[in-house]
Parts: sequence; structure tokens; C-alpha cells
Amino acid sequence: MSSDFHVFRVGVSFVIMCILYKSAEDPLPELSPQKYFSTLQPGKASLAYFCHADSPSTSVVLEQLNEAVRPLQDYGISVAKVHCVKEETSRYCGKEEDLMKAYLFRGNILLREFPTDTLFDVNAIVAHVLFTLLFNEVKYISTLEDLQNIENTVKGKANMIFSYVRAIGTPEHRAIMEAAFVYGTAYQFVLTTEIALLESIGSEDIERAHLYFFHCNLISDLTQQCRRTLMRQPLTTLNIHAFVKTMKAPLLTEVAEDPQQVSTVHLQLGLPLVFIVSQKATYEADRRTAEWVAWRLLGKAGVLLLLRLTSWMTVTLQISNIKHLFPFRKRDSLEVNIPQHTNVVFRRAEKEVPLEFLVLTDIDSIISYVEDNVEMEENKDSDVEDPDLDIQDDEVAETVYRDRKRQLPLEVTMELTEETFHATVMASDSIVLFYAGWQAVSMAFLQSYIDVAVKLKGTSTMLLTRINCADWSGVCTKQNVTEFPAVKMYKKGENPVSYAGMLGTEDLLKFIQLNRISCPVSITSIQEVEEYLNGELYEDLVTYSSVSVLGLFSPAMTTAKEDFTEAGNYLKGCVLTGIYSEEDVWILANKHAATLPALLLAKHKDGKIESIPLAGTPAQDIVQIITNALQETFPEITVENLPTYFKPQKPLLILFSDGSINPQHREAILTLVAQKHLDSFTPCWLNLKNTPVGRGILQVYFGLLPPLPLLVLVNQHSGGHVFAFPSDQSITEQNLALWLKKLEAGLENHITILSAQEWKPPLPAYNFLSMMDAATSQHATGKAPGRMKEIDVQENDKERHEDKLTVKKEPVETLRIKHWNRNNWFKETEKSLKPHTEL
Amino acid sequence: MGLSAALWGPLGLLLSLALPPAVGAHTHRDYCVLGAGPAGLQVAAFLHHAGRDYEVFERTPAPGSFFMRYPRHRKLISINKRYTGKNNAEFNLRHDWNSLLSHDPRLVFRHYSRAYFPDAGDMVRYLRDFADRLGLHVRYNTNIVHVTLKKDWQAWNSHYFILTNQKGQVYQCSVLLVATGLSVPNLVDFPGSEYAEGYESVSVDPEDFVGQNVLILGRGNSAFETAENILGVTNFIHMLSRSRVRLSWATHYVGDLRAINNGLLDTYQLKSLDGLLESDLRDLAIVKDAKGKFHITLGFFLEETNASRSADAIPLPQDDNDNFAMRVAYDRVIRCLGWKFDFSIFNQSLRLSSGSEFSKKYPLIRASYESKGTRGLFILGTASHSVDYRKSAGGFIHGFRYTVRAVHRLLEHRHHGIPWPCTEHPTTQLTNSIIRRVNEASGLYQMFGVLADVILLKENATAFEYLEEFPMQMLAQLETLTGRTAKHGLFIINMEYGKNFSGPDKDVFFHDRSVGHTEDAWQSNFLHPVIYYYRHLPTEQEVRFRPAHWPLPRPTAIHHIVEDFLTDWTAPVGHILPLRRFLENCLDTDLRSFYAESCFLFTLTRQKLPPFCQQGYLRKQGLVYTKSLQQHGVESGLLRDYATMGQVLEDSSRQPGDQEPVNQPLGTGHLIHLDSNKEEL
Repeated sequence: MSSDFHVFRVGVSFVIMCILYKSAEDPLPELSPQKYFSTLQPGKASLAYFCHADSPSTSVVLEQLNEAVRPLQDYGISVAKVHCVKEETSRYCGKEEDLMKAYLFRGNILLREFPTDTLFDVNAIVAHVLFTLLFNEVKYISTLEDLQNIENTVKGKANMIFSYVRAIGTPEHRAIMEAAFVYGTAYQFVLTTEIALLESIGSEDIERAHLYFFHCNLISDLTQQCRRTLMRQPLTTLNIHAFVKTMKAPLLTEVAEDPQQVSTVHLQLGLPLVFIVSQKATYEADRRTAEWVAWRLLGKAGVLLLLRLTSWMTVTLQISNIKHLFPFRKRDSLEVNIPQHTNVVFRRAEKEVPLEFLVLTDIDSIISYVEDNVEMEENKDSDVEDPDLDIQDDEVAETVYRDRKRQLPLEVTMELTEETFHATVMASDSIVLFYAGWQAVSMAFLQSYIDVAVKLKGTSTMLLTRINCADWSGVCTKQNVTEFPAVKMYKKGENPVSYAGMLGTEDLLKFIQLNRISCPVSITSIQEVEEYLNGELYEDLVTYSSVSVLGLFSPAMTTAKEDFTEAGNYLKGCVLTGIYSEEDVWILANKHAATLPALLLAKHKDGKIESIPLAGTPAQDIVQIITNALQETFPEITVENLPTYFKPQKPLLILFSDGSINPQHREAILTLVAQKHLDSFTPCWLNLKNTPVGRGILQVYFGLLPPLPLLVLVNQHSGGHVFAFPSDQSITEQNLALWLKKLEAGLENHITILSAQEWKPPLPAYNFLSMMDAATSQHATGKAPGRMKEIDVQENDKERHEDKLTVKKEPVETLRIKHWNRNNWFKETEKSLKPHTEL
Repeated sequence: MGLSAALWGPLGLLLSLALPPAVGAHTHRDYCVLGAGPAGLQVAAFLHHAGRDYEVFERTPAPGSFFMRYPRHRKLISINKRYTGKNNAEFNLRHDWNSLLSHDPRLVFRHYSRAYFPDAGDMVRYLRDFADRLGLHVRYNTNIVHVTLKKDWQAWNSHYFILTNQKGQVYQCSVLLVATGLSVPNLVDFPGSEYAEGYESVSVDPEDFVGQNVLILGRGNSAFETAENILGVTNFIHMLSRSRVRLSWATHYVGDLRAINNGLLDTYQLKSLDGLLESDLRDLAIVKDAKGKFHITLGFFLEETNASRSADAIPLPQDDNDNFAMRVAYDRVIRCLGWKFDFSIFNQSLRLSSGSEFSKKYPLIRASYESKGTRGLFILGTASHSVDYRKSAGGFIHGFRYTVRAVHRLLEHRHHGIPWPCTEHPTTQLTNSIIRRVNEASGLYQMFGVLADVILLKENATAFEYLEEFPMQMLAQLETLTGRTAKHGLFIINMEYGKNFSGPDKDVFFHDRSVGHTEDAWQSNFLHPVIYYYRHLPTEQEVRFRPAHWPLPRPTAIHHIVEDFLTDWTAPVGHILPLRRFLENCLDTDLRSFYAESCFLFTLTRQKLPPFCQQGYLRKQGLVYTKSLQQHGVESGLLRDYATMGQVLEDSSRQPGDQEPVNQPLGTGHLIHLDSNKEEL
């Protein structure tokens, strides 16, 4: 009755749509409000969409609603469309067309109303409805505290599934809700949309949805954290299901049978099995190892402890069945055997693939073996494009290459040749840059060198020259230059000095400037000493040397003078050094309360002069004393000076500041330094204005750029933990001291752990060996050589590859090489096919 | 003889000068060199420079006596390239086939001749200068007529070499270096061979050949050189040899027929009466008729008739086969069959035997140039060519000057405890070291397939030692021969032509012969660098039973640097990048270079640093970028501009990301198609 009525009331276009929908299996029932409310059953959920039938905008919602009918029915939820006839006065019928809403009832109790814009697609509809119905099963949280509270309540009782989705109503959200519908009673589900929360539990890639399994069930001690396993696969209903199943499976199973016969849930889910081979004698240790491995591989592979018992080894099996599985086994042997030294057996999920017997030395190599292999399978399935090996990923090489067409004012430096080198170097004080035209690092530095030359133009007595060792390799070798770039200073009557500073304009400039005078410079009068110490004597050089060093000796102290001179020579270009050794030196000794021989360190910044006794100090130690003096107690850390402060291997306490540092903060830290609270740290600060890369560092620590200033403790040398001083506390001496105490006591949680990842090859290389193999095996089969052979080659290669898989006893490293092979193989086929089709 | 050998050594020279040679009295030398030709002088130069006790014995009054008479037509076919467009002296030696190695820049052959193919007289002058300028100890007019062994357990090799000269004077040597070349003309014995004039004595005046029919036996460079000289005045020249002519530009072997000599090939193929024939000389016979003309017949005809050798009585092939090719009578027969080593002066006890059928003219030696029969006896120079006969340049000055150096280095280690010279570098210099050498090294280039550079990795591959020009066939014995250790893996750098590229019947001009794509580098045809990686030093067995046509055993991994038309392997993407990737994957590390800023970021955000930052930046030698370089870096996406970095977060692209390199964002517009791919020219 009502439907007929409806047809007459609506426009033609809507008729067509309705007909289309009707063709679907589960038509959306269209009811009048009265009729609808009469159908509601107690305890059953129902979603109703109230609409004015003549509103065209409703069609989108209806379309999606129609699609949701089926999935919702699976969960026992009925869906209906309710017509609000004009004279209808139901309160669910909105006044305006755009106020139309959907309502979810359980029985005839209204659970929730949904504005139409929340129901943008079928995923959103299902997600929202289930989310409402599973209100108790799926806890929505927004802070870390919430999470910890829930975690605490389930500890020792149940496991927890924590997930993050970007928004409610996304496909991932729906997948989680569907999983919760199934597993909601078995596990505590927790959901969040807060990125910060996800970050706080240490996730890196916050772009995508995450699902963690919290193993809280076994925890008895409330202070303990639940172990977490991250689900690596994309969040789909099926994947979550599989993931939960693997979590449910026993962590470690003990078996004593043929690994080929074992069956676990992992295999059904397409995951490989790892058997840790154990013997009676080592059972306990093996089991512990296996558990470790099992935890690490949770969700990636099943782990079993294989007891190497004679009973299993002597089991007679049907040979026909076994032969192809053990290609290296002697034919006449009747028993299945694990090769002698094998300690791990790897079984792929695919049925026909033989077992792999491996000898792996540690847990990490087991993990990486499995991960590499699982990855390989993933790569095989998804058609990920191979990386292009010909794309430059070396930043120096690439930038130099891109800059190759820019004309440098090379003429500001003199180019030397084999013929001119000696004459030039002998004739005047010169700096020589040894470089190679083809080498990127050299060429990058050449730019800085030219900059220095431009800056010094006309002001320096030092001649700036360069020699291209790609042309004049003989000269470079004779000058003992075997690595490029190298800078040497040649001064008349002196041995050449190698420059060992940063390869940049600033440091090189400093080196050249400080070398304008020959250090240690001889100072001859008390008056001069005063000028030297207060920076007047070498006014223009003081900017390059924050400290002026003066050695005080009585004329007879020849060995001490020699040692000091040696140290001064060593420090050429780093710091100003001078020597005073006149008869009246005692005047200076008295003035500075020094016992001769002594060292005076004049720090120009604060005008202080420090004296250090030098009696019996060898040159090396003098160098050390001076370099230590050059270091500040609370330096501004920069790209250039970090290596100096990093060297003592202490954790860095860095105050990040956007601009100059707050004097109070400086005071607080200096006080702590004075009180020796910071002896085990290197306190420093970083000015983002001078060192913008600091932003990149903060991003790694916090994900977001946090409000500044901010104090961070970075412990690169042990464990890589990073701690942040609470941003809600002000940086005062007391707060800091307290915080450091808590840190020491282990009461502070780190904000992140620095990646301990090794620097592996960024990309694979071409595997020419296998390409050559392929070519020869092709020759061996007697096929005519020629251009067309390539396809055959690859077919052969494939066979070869599969052959190899059967006897995979090689150490793990060679697998990497094989991996290239595989990648290349696909690439090759693809490429070679194209031109041939044209032939 | 109460004095011990050790005492005799330093006194030897004095005694020999002071005393008239008594019977049994002898001069001792640590090193005796036979022959003051290029190889003898070359080894003398190294011994001299090292301050060793040595003497060179030369039969004639001056060095390089071979070149006083040979080549007969005086034109050397070893090139004297005076201009290469490059200043690199080491590189230029790649194209200088005549100079010996020394520290004196004046002793470079281009100062001695302006000719591309210089006159042999210039070589004589050069060798004389070489000996004089370096003050080499050469005893001229001393013909060593007999060499024998004397057992003595105190001697370096448990025996001394006892040399006797033409006057009966005796020299005792700890090590004997034989550089006598190939001095005996090769003769083939067949009936009538006595009618053939030898290359060594035949007239070089074309006037003597006017209007004559000439038959030349042999098809080497001397045969063609002889033909070239008389081509214009003879009626025709026929050239007879056992096998087909081998052209050096097809075989890439300089000992084969050089294009400079192949005028006869041109006239033969252009139907100008001259011709080439193939037959085994031993089957032939030459008979002289009454008019003094020579006829070719077959050896077994003579046996059959067994009669007196008058031409009329002996059956000739044309009697049955009236179109027999050599049915004309010849006015002259010239034998140009090459040379062989003079074994005659060596006593049986030295067990110096000739090589296999294939290299019969050479004494049998190891790849270390030491005789197989006697320790301490080394064969140098042309006579050492059995090691690389028909493969590389070891029989020629531009090849053996390097093998002689290798022998000297072996001796320095064996007898003086000086390990093979090497330079040590951090791993970050690995790519650079290789690129540098493949671009300039002349020894690798000339002695491709024989001498190879060796990189010995240190523990954990943080550093390496670089050894130059080691005889690669001795790889298994590397540790004992060089005094270096190879416990942590090694690289071998060799130069190779494509496997199927060279050969006497190969078309070396085929279409598509040049390879330009880096991934096809292994198919490169022209000489190109090949790098072998071994995790362990190969054993002797592995070297001996290596795969056919492989210069070395199967490596763990191999890399070919794609052939280059300019032999300039410095292209950033075409040559250096693939090499770096190869090295990285062998060592399982990241060998990229980074600016100081990147290292700074890594230092504070990661527990581990890439080697470049460790070995540079952390040692206060970081590389600081300039504005323009930074800008390029930001544009390429390899660097970030942190100054403009806002609150909005991007995915961190600075991770090395070895797990999913695919996802590593590389800036758009980054693709550089450098097109290292040179087109067919």
C-alpha cells in the first residue's frame, strides 16, 4: 500500500533509483513511522533513517544505507527507512530537510542519533552502529592516563587490544569494530583517535592506523608493563582476525615429530614456522632462546621447540613422500635426518616448499632470516616497484653534480702543476688544496675553499693554491696525500702543516688567520705580555681564538720550553699560543700567582686569566690542557663544535632554545655545574636560529615540534634513551636537580629511544654474478646466442633460483645477494619483454 | 775457502778487482741479472733504488744489443704516444709502450723520439741513457756461458747460482734473474730449409728484390715487416704459415699482426698478386732447380723418390694437381719464424725446461716468474711471456716493466723482510681508491688479466690496505708472498675485455658492441675494470680449478664498471654510484658521504653513525656545505631546509630505511638521466 503511494509521490529519477535498489538482494524496507515502531522487538537493534521522501539529497545516504543492510544484518541489526509524511508528527521527523537523521534503537529505546553527515559511507554506518552497540566492550580513550588505567585493570585478567584510527567511521575503524563484535568478550578493546597517545607508546609511523595487542593476562605485578605486539599488516577485518588468532595460539609449542608433519594455526594463516632444534642436554637454554625468538616473531611466524630425540629421527617414513623434501639426503637412507649442525629449521607456509635447515648463530640472525623471507614473500605478492639503483642517493655527490654548471671564480686561487708546485711553495707561504676533479667531496669543499679565497682576497700574505690530483697524482703522492680533499700549509723553513679541521669556510679561515703569526709566538717584554693577554697585541686574531695561551718559562727551562713549543706547533691554527722566557719572568709569575714553568690562559670572553703549573708536563698533556681550556662549561652546541663536546661520551643535556637562551635558565644550569651535579653530563644549549637542524632533532624526539625552550637529556652512548624535562615545570635549579635525581633513580620514563639501526646499504647492487651464471647456463643448453636469448636466460635463472632454495645452507649474508637477484630478475623480464614484442 | 759465504759477499767486488782470477775464486752477488736489455735494466733499476747488491752481465759492449740489429727494418711497432690530453704521468704510461719505470722524469721515451712508431736506434740510445743516468751496475762484454747450481744450506735458497763467463771467471749469486730475451732464431727442419734466408740476415735493401718472386715463411710481425719493405718492387710475395693470420686488433694481443705491418693483407685481398697460404711447413720441401729457382713440393715426395735432389727428378704437386697454388718458381725464400729462449747455457741441475707445445719457445715458470725447477731463479722480460702468452703484454716492454716490478716486490719481501708496499685507508675511501686506480693505473691497464690490485679488508671492514699490481694467479699465496694478511675478505681489481669479444675470427666491429647501461656492465666488451669480492682468500686449489675462461676463482660477488669510450670511469651515476652500491652490499654498510649537518642530526638522533660521519665528522673533519650546494640538496630532496620547517610534520625522510628502500621518498624531478650511454659511433 504505502509503497504504491510513495511511487506516485516522487519524481521520476527517484523511481529509477528505487528500482535499482530493489534489484539488490536485501531491499531496504520502507515504512511509515507507525509501522516501524510496531516492528521493533525488545533487545534487538535497529537503525532507522527518517526522511522526507521528496528530498533529493537523501539519495546518497540511502545508497550507502542500502549497502549497509546486509553487513548489519549479519550482526543482527535491522535497517529501515521511515517516511516522514507531512502530516506526521513523530519527533524523529526533523523540521527541515537537511536535519534528517538516522536513529539507532535497541528494542524501542533510542540509543543514539546520527546526523546524516556521519553516515558518509557504508564503512561509517557499520562502524558507528557497532561502536554504539559495543559501548562497553570498546573503550574510547583520549589520554595516556586512560590507557594506563585500563591496562592496570586488566592486568592478570585479560589481554587487551589497543588501536588507533585517524577518525571514527574510517574503514579501519569498521574493521576494529567488527573484530570487537567477535572478540569483544574475550579481550578488552581500547580505541583512540589521539595521535599523541599513539606516539607516547612509541610508534614511529603515525600516518596510518595501528593495532597493538597488550599481553596483560600473564602479568601479576601491577608495576610491570604489559608486553605489546604491533600488528604489521593493514587493518582489515580479516587481518585482525588472523592476528588475534596468532596471538591466541600458544607462544611456543614443543614438538618431537617430523617438522613437515606439524600443523599449527600459523600455517593455516600463511605464516612460516620456525623450529628451534633442541637436545636434551641443552633443553633449558634452548627453551629460553625459543621463547625469546617467539616473542620477537609473534605475529610473523610460529615458533616451535623441536626436540631432537632418537625416536623421531628413526621414524621410518614413506620415502616417496620425503625424497623431494630432502634433496641432499642419501637415497638409500630410510630415516629423516636433520643435518648435524642445524639448529634452526624453517618451514614456509606453502605446501610444496621443502624445509630449510639452517645454522644461525644468534637470535638476531634468526629474526632477520625470518623477516627477510617473510618480506620477500610480501614483495612477491605486492607489485612493489623495484628501486631504481641508478638514482643518486648520496647527498654530496648529487648536490655537486647539480651544481656542476655553475662557474666558480677559480681564478682567485692559483692552480699548481707538477712544474710549478715546488717553485710556488718554496717562494711564498702557501696553502695548497689537494683535490680530485672527479671526487664529489673534494669538489664540494673546493667551493668553500674558493669562498675563503674570496674573503681573504688582498688581505692575506698567504697564497691560496690548489692542485688537481687527478692530473698531477705524482705530486700528490710525493706530498703524502693519498686521500682527498687535503689541505696543507707550506711555510718557509717549516715542515708542511696538514689542516685537520672542518671542511668548511669558517674553520679554514680561522686556520689561515691564526697561522699568519708563527705559533708559539715569542713575546719579548712584559708590556707585550699584557697586550697579548688582554687581546690587544693580535686584536684581529682574537675573534678566531677565544683563548690566548702563554707559556712562562725562566730562560734555563729548555726542556719545558721545547715541550711547550711542540704543543704550540701541534695546535697551530686552533689557538693563539705565545711564549715568554725573559729574565724578568718572575714578575709575571708573581702577578698571576704561578709557579714556573706555567701556562697562562686568557679567556677573552670574560677577561679571566687562569694559570696552570707545567712542571714536567709532556707536550701531549699540554695539548690536552689547552684543548680542555678551549671548551666551555655550558656551550652553545653547533654543527661545527658538537664533535668536540661529544667526544667525552657523556650524555648530552641539551637546552633547545628558539633564539638566545634565557639568562635564568643559563644561571640555573651553571649553578648546577658549579655544584657538580652535572659532572656526568655534558650540558649545552642549542639555538634553533643558528642551528636550524635542531628542529629535525626535536621532530625525531617528539614527533611534533614542542614548545620551546625545552630541556632534553640524550644518552647516545648507552641505550639511546632520550628524556625530556617536564614542560609544565619551569627550568629552575631545584626542579632540575630533582628531575636529575629521579632520572638517576630510574623513575623517569624516556620519551623515545634513539634508533640503534645499523647503517646498511641503502639499496641493493646489481648482481652481475647471477646474470653471468644465467648466461652461461643458457649457453650450456646449446641454444644459439644472440639478442633474443634474454628471455630464455631468465627462465633458466628462475629454475636456478628455485634449485637454490632447496639447499639453502648459505650464511645469511649471501641471502642478501640472492635477494638482489630476485629483484633484478623481475626487472629484467619486464624490460626485456618490451623491445622483443616490437621485433 | 775457510771464509764463509756471508763474509765473501761484501768483499767480493774488492777481491775480484784486486786479485787475478784464481781457480775457484769468485765474486758474490745477492742478485745477478743476465742481459742488459729492457728487462735486465728495469730490474737493475729497482734493485739499485732499493740499495741491493746486484750486477748485470751483458755480453755486448752496450745495453739493448737486440735493438742494434732488430727489428731489421728499424721501425719499432710499440707506440710512442706523446700527447694524450692528460697531465697524469701514470695515465700517460698507458700509451707509452717504450719507457721503462724510474723516478727520473727525463727517462721517458717521448723525450727520445717524436715518431709514433720510433726508430730502433732511439731505443738503443734510450737504454744507454737509462743505464747511465741511473748508474746501474752493468758488466759489459761479459758473456755468461754456463750456469750451474751449488748446494749450500746457508744460501737464501739453499743453493747458489754459479755463473761462468767466457774467460772462465766465476760469479756466485743468491738469486738469478734471467733477462736474456728470446735470442735464438726459430728454425723449422724440412728438406730444403737450408735454401731459406733468415730474417736475421736477409738483405733489407729493396733493390735486391726487384722483379723477384718471393716466398716468406711465417706470418708474424717480422714476416709482414719484411714483406712491407719489398712489397713495391717484387713481382709478388707469397706468405706461407701453419695457421691463419691473427690480427692484433681482433685478438687484443699486441704480439699478433699489427695493422702497421699489414700492407700485404691489403694487396692480397685487393687482387694484387700477393697472397697468403696456410700449410704446415714441416710437410713441405724446397727444391732448387738448375737455374737456381726454388720449387715447393711435399716432404713425402722426396722420401718416395729418395733420389738426388735435382728439381727435374723430384715430383712436384703440380704434376698431379695442375692448379697447385705454389706451382711458380721462387727467386727467394725468406724465413721469418720468430725466436726462442736460449736454454743452452743452463746446466741440467737447474731443471729449466721449455713450456708446453703451445709456448715451447719459453722456459717454464710460475705466475710469480720463478722457475718451476729452481727456487731463486726468475725469468724476466720477453722470455717470461709464457705466463700470459697471447693474452696480455708480458712479453713486451710496456707489460714486463710491471711484472719485473712485481718480482722485485716479491724479492724485497722474501729476502729483506719488506712487505709488499701498500697504503692504508678508512673504508670511506674505498670507492675513491678504486676509482682513482682504474682511471690512472698503467700496470693494471697494460697487464690486464695478469696483474691486479688487491684490497685487503681489516677487521670489521673499517679500514683496508691497498696493494698494487699483484700477480693475480698467485692469489692463494698472497699472504706468504706479500707479508700482508687477508683474514677479513678482499677485493681484486682487474681489467678485462668482454669474455667473447677478442679472438682471431671475431668481428670486433659488430653492431651494438658497446654497452652503455650500468646494469648491462657485465656484458661490456672493451677493456673495463672488474672487481671481485672474496670473503676468504681463495685456496691454491680454487685458483687452479677455477671456471674456464675465468681469470680468478668464482667470487662471492662481482662488479663490472661499464666500459667507457674514453676509458674515463669517473661518471657519478654511470660509474661511481654502481660501484659504491656493490661495495656497500659486499661490506653490508652505507658508504654514502654526508654533509656535517646530516652527521650532526644522526649523532643526536641515532645510536649508530654511518662510516663517513664516524671517520670524518666525529673527528672534527665534517664537510660543510655552501649555500648553493644546500639549495641543490633541498631541491633534490636529499637535504631538508630546517630553517623553514614548520609545525606541520612530514614523514622523516632522513632515515636510511634499508628495510623499505622503495618507500624512501626521493625528491621529485630527481631523475638524472645522465645518459652515460654512449651511442654507437
